[in-house]
Amino acid sequence: MLTVSNVGRIFPGGVEALRDTSLRLDESDFIALLGPSGCGKSTLLRLIAGLDQPTSGRMLWDGRPPAPGDIGFVFQDATLLPWSTAEDNVFLPLRLRGVSRSEAMPMVHAALHRVGLTGFETARPRALSGGMRMRVSIARALVTRPRLLLMDEPFAALDEFTRHKLQADLLDVWREAGCTVVFVTHSIYEAAFLARRVVLMTPRPGKIAREMTSALQPAAETRLDPAYAAFVAEISRAMQAALA
Amino acid sequence: MRGAPALFGLLALALWEAAVRLLGVPVYVLPGPIAIVQAFAADPVGLLESLTSTLFVTFAALAMAAVLGGAMAVAMSASRLAQAAIQPWAVALQVTPLPAIAPLIIIWVGQPFLALVVCATIVAFFPLFASTASGLASAPPELNDLFHLYGARRWQTMRLLRLPAALPYFLTGLRISGGLALVGAVVAELVAGSGGFASGLAYRILEASFRLEIPRMFAALVLLALAGILLNYGLGAIGQAILRRRGGV
Repeated sequence: MLTVSNVGRIFPGGVEALRDTSLRLDESDFIALLGPSGCGKSTLLRLIAGLDQPTSGRMLWDGRPPAPGDIGFVFQDATLLPWSTAEDNVFLPLRLRGVSRSEAMPMVHAALHRVGLTGFETARPRALSGGMRMRVSIARALVTRPRLLLMDEPFAALDEFTRHKLQADLLDVWREAGCTVVFVTHSIYEAAFLARRVVLMTPRPGKIAREMTSALQPAAETRLDPAYAAFVAEISRAMQAALA
Repeated sequence: MRGAPALFGLLALALWEAAVRLLGVPVYVLPGPIAIVQAFAADPVGLLESLTSTLFVTFAALAMAAVLGGAMAVAMSASRLAQAAIQPWAVALQVTPLPAIAPLIIIWVGQPFLALVVCATIVAFFPLFASTASGLASAPPELNDLFHLYGARRWQTMRLLRLPAALPYFLTGLRISGGLALVGAVVAELVAGSGGFASGLAYRILEASFRLEIPRMFAALVLLALAGILLNYGLGAIGQAILRRRGGV
């Protein structure tokens, strides 16, 4: 789907966030970008989204480059329009593409249903819990049926119970939607649970230290599987080696 | 708790009346509250007509400031060229004392009502302009990124993100500018004197001071203060009602 080839990013002022980073994203993949704060994970995600441009290297899309709506983005905060209802927040990407409200509503309601928010269509963000706001944000990212879903530490601010629930739900959504997910996290447990491929990044300037493939089942019960604990330990050791 | 301001006001008035009477202060120096009420009761229609006239100028100026301030803030937010062109002039307008330019405006504009409105607009303009401009820039960068990601056109970002984000700021600016429009209208009337509208409350204050009708002067001042308080609370209540309708944000 996308080849990130020797990409670097130096910000004005001279801060080098990324250096010589290469990565391949395949269809229906689930990749976790894992590393400590400031290692360029979010920068890489913004480059993939086209929200920023690399200083060096190239981003090569297979086939046609992404059109608006082909990429969904979920930020660390839900970043909803506080004056709009859940329904209108999810409608936003379609509205910006000129889709009429009547045409969009079945898709909006399907997206809200997919994240378990049926019945909350007319609720405004302040009336929703942090976890529910994040679900609206995920529904908004899914409503355009994106080829690529980019998630920048979306569950970092949530409590552990909500986080576990949303992680399990995200796996269901990913299986249903069939899109490629790139998930930024600094939690080894989260990366091990969610991803098919875990990409370890080193601190600034960010570089990819190692890629690890998961043999775990992408399902809620995996958390209780001894193989999950073993994979977490394997990632931890690799991370220690990368940071040494 | 809710009655505390009224109780405090009544106590202050009672002390004021007692002090004036006990110390034998002449009415042309400081009239007591009762003398002021009597002065108002002697010509309520005249004073209220003058208040209406001043408020007319105030609301016209506030409307003009809202339209101009809002439009210029939007233009500035939409274009860097407009920002470079507008901002220095807006600041210059803010720091220019109204009494210094009011005589010129009155001469240039000619029509007294319009001249007063222009003067009051100049005073009321800046808070509306500055707060709306801040509001238009207040949307979180992530939401701007999101609009960019979904290929939003500039007018869509303005209509669906920046303008709604600016609404609370605009309403705060409107509340501040409401009081300033009243001040501007009064200052303009004072500067214009008999060359102005010759019917506003400030003109009545001038007229009363020339005739040493100090209680009447105070009655006019009290009306102005009450109008200012009502204007402030009224605009605040309208703002809250508008924000409540869209979920309190």
